[in-house]
Amino acid sequence: MSDALRGDWVRIHGIVIPSSERTEQVPEDTRATSLQMWVKGHLSADANIGDVVEVKTATGRKVSGELVEVNPAYTLNFGTFQRELSEIGDQVWNLLSEGNQKND
Amino acid sequence: MIEKGKFNSVMARKNEIMKASIGIDFGEFESGGISFDYEKMMRKTGYTLAEMKVIQRHAGVGNTPLLELRNLTSLARMVTNKPGKGARIFVKDEASNPSGSFKDRRAANAVYHAKRLGYAGVVAATSGNYGAAVASQAAINGLKCIIVQECYDRDGIGQPEIIEKARRCEAYGAEVLQLSVGPELFLTFLNVLEETGYFNASLYSPFGIAGVETLGVEIAQQMQELTGNFPDMVVCTHAGGGNLTGTARGLRKAGAVDTQVVGASVNLKGLHMASDHQFNRKSFTTGHTGFGIPFATKPDRSDVPRSAARVLRYMDRYVTVNQGEVFYATEALSRLEGLERGPAGNTSLAAAFSLAQEMGKDQTLVVQETEYTGAGKHVQAQLTFAKSRGIDVLFGNPQEETVGSSIVLPNHPRQIRAVDINLNRLRQSYIRNALVGRNDVELSEVDISFLVNETQSSEQFVRNTIADLAAAQHS
Repeated sequence: MSDALRGDWVRIHGIVIPSSERTEQVPEDTRATSLQMWVKGHLSADANIGDVVEVKTATGRKVSGELVEVNPAYTLNFGTFQRELSEIGDQVWNLLSEGNQKND
Repeated sequence: MIEKGKFNSVMARKNEIMKASIGIDFGEFESGGISFDYEKMMRKTGYTLAEMKVIQRHAGVGNTPLLELRNLTSLARMVTNKPGKGARIFVKDEASNPSGSFKDRRAANAVYHAKRLGYAGVVAATSGNYGAAVASQAAINGLKCIIVQECYDRDGIGQPEIIEKARRCEAYGAEVLQLSVGPELFLTFLNVLEETGYFNASLYSPFGIAGVETLGVEIAQQMQELTGNFPDMVVCTHAGGGNLTGTARGLRKAGAVDTQVVGASVNLKGLHMASDHQFNRKSFTTGHTGFGIPFATKPDRSDVPRSAARVLRYMDRYVTVNQGEVFYATEALSRLEGLERGPAGNTSLAAAFSLAQEMGKDQTLVVQETEYTGAGKHVQAQLTFAKSRGIDVLFGNPQEETVGSSIVLPNHPRQIRAVDINLNRLRQSYIRNALVGRNDVELSEVDISFLVNETQSSEQFVRNTIADLAAAQHS
Protein backbone atom coordinates (compact mmCIF):
# COMPACT_ATOMS: atom_id res chain seq x y z
CA MET A 1 0.00 0.00 0.00
CA SER A 2 1.15 3.53 -0.70
CA ASP A 3 2.34 5.86 2.08
CA ALA A 4 -0.38 8.31 1.13
CA LEU A 5 -3.69 8.03 -0.64
CA ARG A 6 -5.36 10.37 -3.05
CA GLY A 7 -7.02 13.18 -1.07
CA ASP A 8 -4.68 12.87 1.95
CA TRP A 9 -3.43 16.14 3.46
CA VAL A 10 0.32 16.20 2.84
CA ARG A 11 3.34 18.45 2.78
CA ILE A 12 5.58 18.77 -0.27
CA HIS A 13 9.01 20.23 -0.83
CA GLY A 14 10.48 21.77 -3.95
CA ILE A 15 13.38 23.76 -5.30
CA VAL A 16 12.30 27.17 -6.54
CA ILE A 17 15.72 28.38 -7.67
CA PRO A 18 18.80 26.12 -7.76
CA SER A 19 21.88 27.57 -6.08
CA SER A 20 23.62 28.10 -9.43
CA GLU A 21 20.91 30.51 -10.53
CA ARG A 22 20.48 32.63 -7.39
CA THR A 23 20.83 36.37 -7.53
CA GLU A 24 24.27 37.80 -6.84
CA GLN A 25 22.81 40.20 -4.28
CA VAL A 26 22.47 37.46 -1.65
CA PRO A 27 25.33 36.62 0.70
CA GLU A 28 27.61 33.76 -0.28
CA ASP A 29 26.30 31.28 2.32
CA THR A 30 22.77 31.77 1.02
CA ARG A 31 23.86 31.60 -2.62
CA ALA A 32 25.49 28.25 -1.91
CA THR A 33 22.05 26.77 -1.24
CA SER A 34 18.94 26.44 -3.38
CA LEU A 35 15.82 28.47 -2.66
CA GLN A 36 13.48 25.84 -1.29
CA MET A 37 9.75 25.82 -0.72
CA TRP A 38 7.26 23.82 1.32
CA VAL A 39 3.50 23.83 0.97
CA LYS A 40 0.58 21.65 2.06
CA GLY A 41 -2.37 20.34 0.12
CA HIS A 42 -4.57 17.39 -0.82
CA LEU A 43 -2.72 14.73 -2.76
CA SER A 44 -3.98 14.22 -6.31
CA ALA A 45 -3.02 10.50 -6.56
CA ASP A 46 -1.71 7.72 -4.31
CA ALA A 47 2.03 8.10 -3.71
CA ASN A 48 5.01 7.24 -1.53
CA ILE A 49 7.29 9.50 0.49
CA GLY A 50 9.95 10.85 -1.88
CA ASP A 51 7.74 10.70 -4.98
CA VAL A 52 7.16 13.80 -7.05
CA VAL A 53 3.49 14.52 -6.63
CA GLU A 54 0.86 17.13 -7.28
CA VAL A 55 -1.30 18.65 -4.52
CA LYS A 56 -4.28 20.95 -4.44
CA THR A 57 -3.62 23.65 -1.84
CA ALA A 58 -6.11 25.33 0.48
CA THR A 59 -6.83 27.94 -2.20
CA GLY A 60 -7.18 25.32 -4.94
CA ARG A 61 -3.81 25.93 -6.60
CA LYS A 62 -2.09 22.91 -8.07
CA VAL A 63 1.55 22.65 -6.98
CA SER A 64 4.11 19.91 -7.61
CA GLY A 65 6.94 18.77 -5.40
CA GLU A 66 8.47 15.92 -3.49
CA LEU A 67 6.16 14.26 -0.97
CA VAL A 68 7.78 14.72 2.46
CA GLU A 69 5.05 14.27 5.08
CA VAL A 70 1.58 12.78 5.36
CA ASN A 71 -0.86 14.27 7.89
CA PRO A 72 1.78 16.90 8.75
CA ALA A 73 2.15 17.72 12.44
CA TYR A 74 2.75 20.97 14.27
CA THR A 75 5.62 20.11 16.56
CA LEU A 76 6.29 23.60 17.92
CA ASN A 77 6.08 23.90 21.70
CA PHE A 78 6.72 26.16 24.68
CA GLY A 79 10.31 24.99 25.07
CA THR A 80 11.87 23.61 28.21
CA PHE A 81 11.91 25.30 31.62
CA GLN A 82 14.26 28.29 31.54
CA ARG A 83 15.82 28.95 34.91
CA GLU A 84 16.76 32.50 33.86
CA LEU A 85 13.14 33.51 33.36
CA SER A 86 12.16 32.24 36.75
CA GLU A 87 15.05 34.21 38.30
CA ILE A 88 13.94 37.39 36.54
CA GLY A 89 10.38 36.87 37.72
CA ASP A 90 11.48 36.40 41.33
CA GLN A 91 13.82 39.38 41.12
CA VAL A 92 11.19 41.87 39.95
CA TRP A 93 8.68 40.50 42.45
CA ASN A 94 11.13 40.83 45.34
CA LEU A 95 12.33 44.30 44.33
CA LEU A 96 8.76 45.51 44.20
CA SER A 97 7.75 43.95 47.53
CA GLU A 98 10.83 45.39 49.27
CA GLY A 99 10.18 48.80 47.76
CA ASN A 100 6.54 48.73 48.78
CA GLN A 101 7.48 47.77 52.36
CA LYS A 102 9.84 50.74 52.56
CA ASN A 103 7.08 53.05 51.44
CA ASP A 104 4.53 51.66 53.93
CA MET B 1 10.93 24.43 -10.16
CA ILE B 2 10.35 27.62 -12.07
CA GLU B 3 12.54 28.13 -15.11
CA LYS B 4 14.96 31.01 -15.15
CA GLY B 5 13.40 32.53 -18.26
CA LYS B 6 10.02 32.61 -16.64
CA PHE B 7 11.41 34.38 -13.60
CA ASN B 8 13.09 37.04 -15.70
CA SER B 9 9.88 37.66 -17.57
CA VAL B 10 7.95 37.89 -14.29
CA MET B 11 10.41 40.53 -13.09
CA ALA B 12 10.04 42.42 -16.36
CA ARG B 13 6.28 42.54 -15.79
CA LYS B 14 6.67 43.64 -12.16
CA ASN B 15 4.99 47.04 -12.50
CA GLU B 16 2.15 45.64 -14.54
CA ILE B 17 1.52 42.84 -12.00
CA MET B 18 1.69 45.31 -9.12
CA LYS B 19 -0.79 47.66 -10.72
CA ALA B 20 -3.24 44.87 -11.44
CA SER B 21 -2.91 43.37 -7.99
CA ILE B 22 -3.32 46.49 -5.92
CA GLY B 23 -5.58 48.67 -8.04
CA ILE B 24 -3.45 51.79 -7.66
CA ASP B 25 -1.71 53.65 -10.43
CA PHE B 26 1.21 54.96 -8.41
CA GLY B 27 2.36 56.98 -11.43
CA GLU B 28 -0.45 59.40 -10.68
CA PHE B 29 1.37 60.70 -7.62
CA GLU B 30 4.82 61.02 -9.20
CA SER B 31 6.35 64.37 -10.03
CA GLY B 32 8.97 63.07 -12.44
CA GLY B 33 11.72 64.04 -10.02
CA ILE B 34 12.50 62.34 -6.73
CA SER B 35 9.35 63.64 -5.07
CA PHE B 36 5.83 62.26 -5.10
CA ASP B 37 2.64 63.57 -3.53
CA TYR B 38 2.40 61.51 -0.35
CA GLU B 39 -0.67 63.18 1.09
CA LYS B 40 -2.52 62.95 -2.22
CA MET B 41 -1.76 59.23 -2.30
CA MET B 42 -3.08 58.82 1.25
CA ARG B 43 -6.21 60.89 0.52
CA LYS B 44 -7.04 59.34 -2.78
CA THR B 45 -6.40 55.70 -2.10
CA GLY B 46 -6.84 55.47 1.65
CA TYR B 47 -10.00 55.73 3.70
CA THR B 48 -11.21 58.49 5.99
CA LEU B 49 -11.00 57.92 9.71
CA ALA B 50 -14.77 57.63 9.97
CA GLU B 51 -14.86 55.00 7.23
CA MET B 52 -12.04 53.02 8.82
CA LYS B 53 -13.73 52.97 12.20
CA VAL B 54 -16.83 51.43 10.59
CA ILE B 55 -14.79 48.88 8.59
CA GLN B 56 -12.74 47.85 11.60
CA ARG B 57 -15.64 47.68 14.03
CA HIS B 58 -17.50 45.48 11.56
CA ALA B 59 -14.48 43.14 11.44
CA GLY B 60 -14.08 43.01 15.22
CA VAL B 61 -10.89 45.06 15.13
CA GLY B 62 -9.81 47.90 17.41
CA ASN B 63 -11.22 49.48 20.56
CA THR B 64 -8.65 47.51 22.52
CA PRO B 65 -8.10 48.25 26.22
CA LEU B 66 -5.55 50.82 27.37
CA LEU B 67 -4.07 49.54 30.62
CA GLU B 68 -2.00 51.37 33.21
CA LEU B 69 1.05 49.35 34.25
CA ARG B 70 1.19 50.48 37.86
CA ASN B 71 3.64 47.88 39.12
CA LEU B 72 6.09 48.39 36.28
CA THR B 73 5.82 52.13 36.85
CA SER B 74 6.63 51.58 40.56
CA LEU B 75 9.59 49.41 39.60
CA ALA B 76 10.90 52.06 37.18
CA ARG B 77 10.60 54.76 39.87
CA MET B 78 12.38 52.53 42.38
CA VAL B 79 15.16 51.72 39.94
CA THR B 80 15.82 55.30 38.86
CA ASN B 81 16.14 56.47 42.44
CA LYS B 82 15.81 60.08 41.29
CA PRO B 83 13.17 62.08 43.13
CA GLY B 84 10.35 63.22 40.90
CA LYS B 85 11.30 60.88 38.05
CA GLY B 86 9.38 57.98 36.52
CA ALA B 87 6.48 58.65 34.16
CA ARG B 88 3.27 56.62 34.39
CA ILE B 89 3.51 53.74 31.89
CA PHE B 90 0.43 52.61 29.95
CA VAL B 91 0.05 49.89 27.36
CA LYS B 92 -2.39 49.51 24.49
CA ASP B 93 -3.33 45.85 24.64
CA GLU B 94 -3.44 45.16 20.92
CA ALA B 95 -3.24 41.41 21.58
CA SER B 96 -7.02 41.74 22.10
CA ASN B 97 -7.58 42.04 18.35
CA PRO B 98 -9.06 38.97 16.57
CA SER B 99 -5.75 37.51 15.39
CA GLY B 100 -3.76 38.84 18.35
CA SER B 101 -1.92 41.95 17.17
CA PHE B 102 -2.34 45.51 15.87
CA LYS B 103 -1.76 44.11 12.38
CA ASP B 104 -5.49 43.39 12.22
CA ARG B 105 -5.98 47.12 11.70
CA ARG B 106 -3.86 47.04 8.56
CA ALA B 107 -5.35 43.80 7.33
CA ALA B 108 -8.98 44.85 7.95
CA ASN B 109 -8.65 47.75 5.55
CA ALA B 110 -6.66 45.89 2.93
CA VAL B 111 -8.98 42.90 2.85
CA TYR B 112 -12.10 45.09 2.88
CA HIS B 113 -10.66 46.99 -0.06
CA ALA B 114 -9.85 43.77 -1.93
CA LYS B 115 -13.39 42.54 -1.46
CA ARG B 116 -14.89 45.85 -2.56
CA LEU B 117 -12.84 45.76 -5.74
CA GLY B 118 -14.05 42.23 -6.44
CA TYR B 119 -10.85 40.22 -5.95
CA ALA B 120 -11.38 36.52 -5.14
CA GLY B 121 -8.45 36.36 -2.76
CA VAL B 122 -5.54 38.14 -1.13
CA VAL B 123 -1.81 37.46 -1.03
CA ALA B 124 0.70 38.82 1.47
CA ALA B 125 4.44 38.30 1.77
CA THR B 126 5.10 38.24 5.51
CA SER B 127 6.65 36.03 8.16
CA GLY B 128 5.08 38.02 10.96
CA ASN B 129 1.77 38.71 12.67
CA TYR B 130 0.51 40.41 9.52
CA GLY B 131 0.04 37.01 7.87
CA ALA B 132 -2.26 35.85 10.65
CA ALA B 133 -4.11 39.16 10.46
CA VAL B 134 -4.69 38.92 6.69
CA ALA B 135 -5.74 35.28 6.99
CA SER B 136 -8.18 36.13 9.80
CA GLN B 137 -9.70 39.05 7.90
CA ALA B 138 -9.90 36.97 4.72
CA ALA B 139 -11.84 34.35 6.69
CA ILE B 140 -14.27 37.02 7.95
CA ASN B 141 -14.74 38.41 4.45
CA GLY B 142 -15.02 35.09 2.64
CA LEU B 143 -11.91 35.61 0.51
CA LYS B 144 -9.16 33.12 -0.24
CA CYS B 145 -5.74 33.82 1.20
CA ILE B 146 -2.13 32.94 0.46
CA ILE B 147 0.69 33.90 2.81
CA VAL B 148 4.27 33.70 1.52
CA GLN B 149 6.78 33.28 4.35
CA GLU B 150 10.54 33.23 4.69
CA CYS B 151 10.69 30.52 7.30
CA TYR B 152 13.51 27.97 7.11
CA ASP B 153 17.26 27.80 6.82
CA ARG B 154 18.99 25.48 4.33
CA ASP B 155 18.54 22.52 6.66
CA GLY B 156 14.81 23.07 6.96
CA ILE B 157 15.09 24.37 10.53
CA GLY B 158 12.40 26.94 11.09
CA GLN B 159 12.26 29.90 13.43
CA PRO B 160 9.61 28.75 15.99
CA GLU B 161 7.88 32.13 15.93
CA ILE B 162 7.39 31.97 12.16
CA ILE B 163 6.20 28.37 12.31
CA GLU B 164 3.58 29.45 14.85
CA LYS B 165 2.47 32.19 12.46
CA ALA B 166 2.09 29.60 9.71
CA ARG B 167 -0.01 27.45 12.03
CA ARG B 168 -2.28 30.40 12.80
CA CYS B 169 -2.70 31.25 9.13
CA GLU B 170 -3.63 27.64 8.35
CA ALA B 171 -6.07 27.64 11.25
CA TYR B 172 -7.86 30.51 9.48
CA GLY B 173 -7.93 28.48 6.25
CA ALA B 174 -5.06 30.16 4.41
CA GLU B 175 -2.53 28.50 2.15
CA VAL B 176 0.97 29.09 3.51
CA LEU B 177 3.84 28.95 1.07
CA GLN B 178 7.02 28.60 3.10
CA LEU B 179 10.44 29.40 1.67
CA SER B 180 14.04 29.16 2.76
CA VAL B 181 16.05 32.34 3.34
CA GLY B 182 16.53 34.82 0.53
CA PRO B 183 15.18 38.00 -1.05
CA GLU B 184 14.04 36.07 -4.14
CA LEU B 185 10.90 35.45 -2.12
CA PHE B 186 9.71 38.51 -4.00
CA LEU B 187 9.81 36.58 -7.27
CA THR B 188 7.69 33.79 -5.84
CA PHE B 189 5.32 36.42 -4.51
CA LEU B 190 4.98 38.06 -7.94
CA ASN B 191 4.49 34.67 -9.51
CA VAL B 192 1.66 33.81 -7.12
CA LEU B 193 0.01 37.20 -7.71
CA GLU B 194 0.14 36.67 -11.44
CA GLU B 195 -1.04 33.07 -11.29
CA THR B 196 -4.01 33.75 -9.01
CA GLY B 197 -4.99 37.31 -9.93
CA TYR B 198 -5.49 37.92 -6.20
CA PHE B 199 -5.10 41.24 -4.44
CA ASN B 200 -1.67 42.25 -3.11
CA ALA B 201 -2.44 42.93 0.57
CA SER B 202 0.87 44.73 0.92
CA LEU B 203 1.91 45.91 4.35
CA TYR B 204 2.84 49.22 2.81
CA SER B 205 -0.24 50.26 0.86
CA PRO B 206 -2.08 53.48 1.74
CA PHE B 207 -5.06 51.50 3.07
CA GLY B 208 -2.85 49.34 5.26
CA ILE B 209 -1.06 52.29 6.83
CA ALA B 210 -4.22 54.33 7.17
CA GLY B 211 -5.66 51.36 9.07
CA VAL B 212 -3.19 51.99 11.88
CA GLU B 213 -4.33 55.59 12.26
CA THR B 214 -7.25 54.37 14.38
CA LEU B 215 -4.69 53.09 16.89
CA GLY B 216 -3.23 56.58 17.35
CA VAL B 217 -6.69 58.09 17.63
CA GLU B 218 -7.78 55.56 20.25
CA ILE B 219 -4.63 56.17 22.31
CA ALA B 220 -5.23 59.93 22.27
CA GLN B 221 -8.88 59.55 23.24
CA GLN B 222 -8.38 56.87 25.90
CA MET B 223 -5.57 58.84 27.52
CA GLN B 224 -7.84 61.90 27.60
CA GLU B 225 -10.45 59.82 29.41
CA LEU B 226 -8.01 58.18 31.83
CA THR B 227 -5.70 61.08 32.64
CA GLY B 228 -7.38 64.19 31.26
CA ASN B 229 -4.52 64.78 28.81
CA PHE B 230 -2.89 63.47 25.68
CA PRO B 231 0.16 61.30 26.42
CA ASP B 232 3.55 63.00 26.64
CA MET B 233 5.21 60.15 24.78
CA VAL B 234 4.16 57.17 22.67
CA VAL B 235 6.69 54.41 22.03
CA CYS B 236 6.21 52.29 18.89
CA THR B 237 8.09 49.14 17.98
CA HIS B 238 9.62 49.92 14.60
CA ALA B 239 10.45 47.60 11.71
CA GLY B 240 8.96 48.39 8.29
CA GLY B 241 7.61 51.72 9.51
CA GLY B 242 3.84 51.23 9.20
CA ASN B 243 3.20 50.93 12.91
CA LEU B 244 4.88 54.21 13.77
CA THR B 245 3.66 56.08 10.69
CA GLY B 246 0.01 55.11 11.16
CA THR B 247 0.03 55.69 14.91
CA ALA B 248 1.66 59.11 14.58
CA ARG B 249 -0.79 60.17 11.86
CA GLY B 250 -3.68 59.07 14.07
CA LEU B 251 -2.32 60.96 17.08
CA ARG B 252 -2.08 64.12 14.98
CA LYS B 253 -5.58 63.67 13.59
CA ALA B 254 -6.88 63.33 17.15
CA GLY B 255 -5.16 66.59 18.10
CA ALA B 256 -2.26 65.10 20.08
CA VAL B 257 0.25 67.19 18.14
CA ASP B 258 2.68 67.67 21.03
CA THR B 259 3.02 63.99 21.89
CA GLN B 260 6.57 62.81 21.32
CA VAL B 261 6.65 59.76 19.03
CA VAL B 262 9.54 57.40 19.71
CA GLY B 263 10.51 54.40 17.61
CA ALA B 264 12.10 51.39 19.32
CA SER B 265 13.84 48.43 17.67
CA VAL B 266 15.76 45.43 18.90
CA ASN B 267 19.43 45.95 18.18
CA LEU B 268 20.55 43.31 15.67
CA LYS B 269 23.54 45.24 14.38
CA GLY B 270 25.93 43.00 12.49
CA LEU B 271 23.50 40.32 11.41
CA HIS B 272 22.88 40.04 7.67
CA MET B 273 19.15 39.60 7.07
CA ALA B 274 19.65 37.57 3.88
CA SER B 275 22.23 35.23 5.37
CA ASP B 276 21.11 31.63 5.61
CA HIS B 277 23.61 30.91 8.37
CA GLN B 278 22.57 33.90 10.51
CA PHE B 279 18.82 33.49 9.97
CA ASN B 280 18.27 31.38 13.08
CA ARG B 281 20.79 33.19 15.25
CA LYS B 282 18.32 35.90 16.21
CA SER B 283 15.40 35.63 18.61
CA PHE B 284 13.36 38.40 17.00
CA THR B 285 11.98 38.05 13.50
CA THR B 286 10.70 41.62 13.35
CA GLY B 287 10.81 44.88 15.27
CA HIS B 288 14.57 44.92 14.84
CA THR B 289 17.17 47.24 13.32
CA GLY B 290 17.69 44.85 10.39
CA PHE B 291 14.39 46.19 9.05
CA GLY B 292 14.11 49.39 11.09
CA ILE B 293 17.13 51.20 9.69
CA PRO B 294 16.85 50.25 5.99
CA PHE B 295 13.12 51.01 5.92
CA ALA B 296 13.65 54.37 7.64
CA THR B 297 16.37 55.44 5.23
CA LYS B 298 14.88 53.93 2.08
CA PRO B 299 11.14 53.37 2.50
CA ASP B 300 10.46 52.54 -1.15
CA ARG B 301 12.16 49.16 -0.90
CA SER B 302 8.97 47.20 -0.26
CA ASP B 303 6.50 45.33 -2.44
CA VAL B 304 4.78 48.51 -3.69
CA PRO B 305 6.41 51.27 -5.79
CA ARG B 306 5.71 53.91 -3.11
CA SER B 307 5.43 52.90 0.51
CA ALA B 308 2.87 54.67 2.66
CA ALA B 309 5.09 53.94 5.69
CA ARG B 310 7.56 56.81 5.98
CA VAL B 311 8.85 56.98 9.54
CA LEU B 312 11.34 59.81 9.29
CA ARG B 313 8.36 62.10 8.69
CA TYR B 314 7.00 61.22 12.11
CA MET B 315 9.72 59.87 14.38
CA ASP B 316 10.93 62.33 17.02
CA ARG B 317 13.44 59.91 18.49
CA TYR B 318 14.69 56.40 17.68
CA VAL B 319 16.10 54.06 20.31
CA THR B 320 17.33 50.49 20.44
CA VAL B 321 17.19 47.84 23.13
CA ASN B 322 18.89 44.46 23.22
CA GLN B 323 17.27 41.02 22.98
CA GLY B 324 18.05 40.21 26.62
CA GLU B 325 16.34 43.42 27.78
CA VAL B 326 13.16 42.59 25.85
CA PHE B 327 13.06 39.10 27.33
CA TYR B 328 13.48 40.62 30.79
CA ALA B 329 10.63 43.09 30.16
CA THR B 330 8.43 40.26 28.86
CA GLU B 331 8.92 38.23 32.02
CA ALA B 332 8.39 41.33 34.20
CA LEU B 333 5.12 42.13 32.39
CA SER B 334 3.93 38.63 33.11
CA ARG B 335 4.98 38.52 36.76
CA LEU B 336 4.12 42.09 37.78
CA GLU B 337 1.13 42.91 35.60
CA GLY B 338 -0.42 39.50 34.96
CA LEU B 339 -0.10 39.98 31.21
CA GLU B 340 1.54 37.16 29.30
CA ARG B 341 2.34 38.57 25.87
CA GLY B 342 4.69 37.83 22.97
CA PRO B 343 8.26 39.12 23.25
CA ALA B 344 8.45 40.89 19.88
CA GLY B 345 5.64 43.24 20.83
CA ASN B 346 7.42 44.06 24.07
CA THR B 347 10.35 45.76 22.34
CA SER B 348 8.72 49.13 22.96
CA LEU B 349 7.93 48.08 26.54
CA ALA B 350 11.61 47.47 27.33
CA ALA B 351 12.45 50.87 25.81
CA ALA B 352 9.60 52.53 27.72
CA PHE B 353 10.85 51.17 31.03
CA SER B 354 14.08 53.09 30.43
CA LEU B 355 12.52 56.21 28.84
CA ALA B 356 10.00 56.61 31.68
CA GLN B 357 12.93 57.10 34.05
CA GLU B 358 14.01 60.21 32.13
CA MET B 359 10.55 61.74 32.47
CA GLY B 360 8.73 63.38 35.39
CA LYS B 361 6.29 61.48 37.61
CA ASP B 362 3.50 63.73 36.37
CA GLN B 363 4.14 62.71 32.77
CA THR B 364 2.69 59.77 30.85
CA LEU B 365 4.06 57.33 28.35
CA VAL B 366 2.13 54.84 26.22
CA VAL B 367 3.55 51.58 24.87
CA GLN B 368 1.39 51.32 21.79
CA GLU B 369 1.09 47.57 21.31
CA THR B 370 1.20 44.08 22.72
CA GLU B 371 0.96 40.88 20.68
CA TYR B 372 -0.38 37.42 21.51
CA THR B 373 1.92 34.68 22.68
CA GLY B 374 1.77 30.90 22.30
CA ALA B 375 3.86 27.87 21.45
CA GLY B 376 6.88 28.92 19.40
CA LYS B 377 6.29 32.61 20.05
CA HIS B 378 6.67 32.32 23.80
CA VAL B 379 9.72 33.78 25.54
CA GLN B 380 10.54 30.35 26.95
CA ALA B 381 10.33 28.75 23.49
CA GLN B 382 12.59 31.44 22.07
CA LEU B 383 15.25 31.02 24.77
CA THR B 384 15.14 27.24 24.34
CA PHE B 385 15.58 27.65 20.59
CA ALA B 386 18.42 30.16 20.98
CA LYS B 387 20.31 27.77 23.26
CA SER B 388 19.77 24.92 20.81
CA ARG B 389 21.45 27.05 18.11
CA GLY B 390 24.50 27.54 20.32
CA ILE B 391 23.66 31.05 21.55
CA ASP B 392 24.97 31.79 25.06
CA VAL B 393 22.24 32.98 27.40
CA LEU B 394 23.69 34.69 30.44
CA PHE B 395 23.11 37.41 33.02
CA GLY B 396 25.30 40.50 32.79
CA ASN B 397 25.36 43.94 31.26
CA PRO B 398 22.99 43.86 28.26
CA GLN B 399 25.16 46.42 26.46
CA GLU B 400 27.70 43.62 26.13
CA GLU B 401 25.36 41.35 24.20
CA THR B 402 26.97 40.09 20.99
CA VAL B 403 24.23 39.68 18.43
CA GLY B 404 24.30 36.21 16.91
CA SER B 405 26.34 34.64 19.69
CA SER B 406 24.92 35.80 23.01
CA ILE B 407 21.78 37.02 24.74
CA VAL B 408 22.60 39.01 27.84
CA LEU B 409 19.80 39.33 30.37
CA PRO B 410 20.21 42.31 32.69
CA ASN B 411 21.55 41.50 36.17
CA HIS B 412 19.23 44.17 37.50
CA PRO B 413 16.37 46.13 35.87
CA ARG B 414 18.38 49.35 36.27
CA GLN B 415 20.59 48.08 33.44
CA ILE B 416 17.74 48.24 30.93
CA ARG B 417 18.70 51.20 28.78
CA ALA B 418 17.18 52.60 25.61
CA VAL B 419 20.11 53.72 23.44
CA ASP B 420 19.54 56.61 21.04
CA ILE B 421 20.28 56.30 17.35
CA ASN B 422 21.39 59.59 15.82
CA LEU B 423 18.37 60.66 13.76
CA ASN B 424 20.34 63.21 11.76
CA ARG B 425 22.56 60.42 10.50
CA LEU B 426 19.48 58.52 9.35
CA ARG B 427 18.14 61.67 7.66
CA GLN B 428 21.44 62.12 5.80
CA SER B 429 21.38 58.50 4.82
CA TYR B 430 17.80 58.88 3.56
CA ILE B 431 18.84 61.86 1.40
CA ARG B 432 21.85 59.95 0.06
CA ASN B 433 19.59 57.04 -0.95
CA ALA B 434 17.06 59.39 -2.56
CA LEU B 435 19.78 60.95 -4.69
CA VAL B 436 21.24 57.71 -6.02
CA GLY B 437 21.56 57.96 -9.78
CA ARG B 438 20.71 61.67 -9.79
CA ASN B 439 24.09 63.22 -9.16
CA ASP B 440 24.06 65.45 -12.18
CA VAL B 441 20.46 66.55 -11.96
CA GLU B 442 19.60 69.91 -10.44
CA LEU B 443 16.91 69.36 -7.82
CA SER B 444 13.71 71.35 -8.17
CA GLU B 445 12.16 73.37 -5.33
CA VAL B 446 9.48 70.68 -5.13
CA ASP B 447 12.11 67.98 -4.65
CA ILE B 448 13.89 69.98 -1.95
CA SER B 449 10.69 70.62 -0.07
CA PHE B 450 9.80 66.90 -0.42
CA LEU B 451 13.14 65.95 1.16
CA VAL B 452 12.52 68.43 3.99
CA ASN B 453 9.15 66.81 4.69
CA GLU B 454 10.47 63.29 4.31
CA THR B 455 13.19 63.92 6.89
CA GLN B 456 11.29 66.33 9.16
CA SER B 457 14.27 68.67 8.82
CA SER B 458 14.95 72.09 7.28
CA GLU B 459 15.86 73.35 3.84
CA GLN B 460 19.29 74.21 5.19
CA PHE B 461 19.80 70.69 6.51
CA VAL B 462 18.83 69.19 3.15
CA ARG B 463 21.02 71.59 1.15
CA ASN B 464 24.00 71.06 3.47
CA THR B 465 23.62 67.31 3.23
CA ILE B 466 23.51 67.47 -0.57
CA ALA B 467 26.58 69.70 -0.63
CA ASP B 468 28.45 67.34 1.71
CA LEU B 469 27.56 64.37 -0.48
CA ALA B 470 28.77 66.17 -3.60
CA ALA B 471 32.01 67.19 -1.86
CA ALA B 472 32.61 63.62 -0.71
CA GLN B 473 32.11 62.41 -4.24
CA HIS B 474 34.61 64.85 -5.74
CA SER B 475 37.27 64.40 -3.09
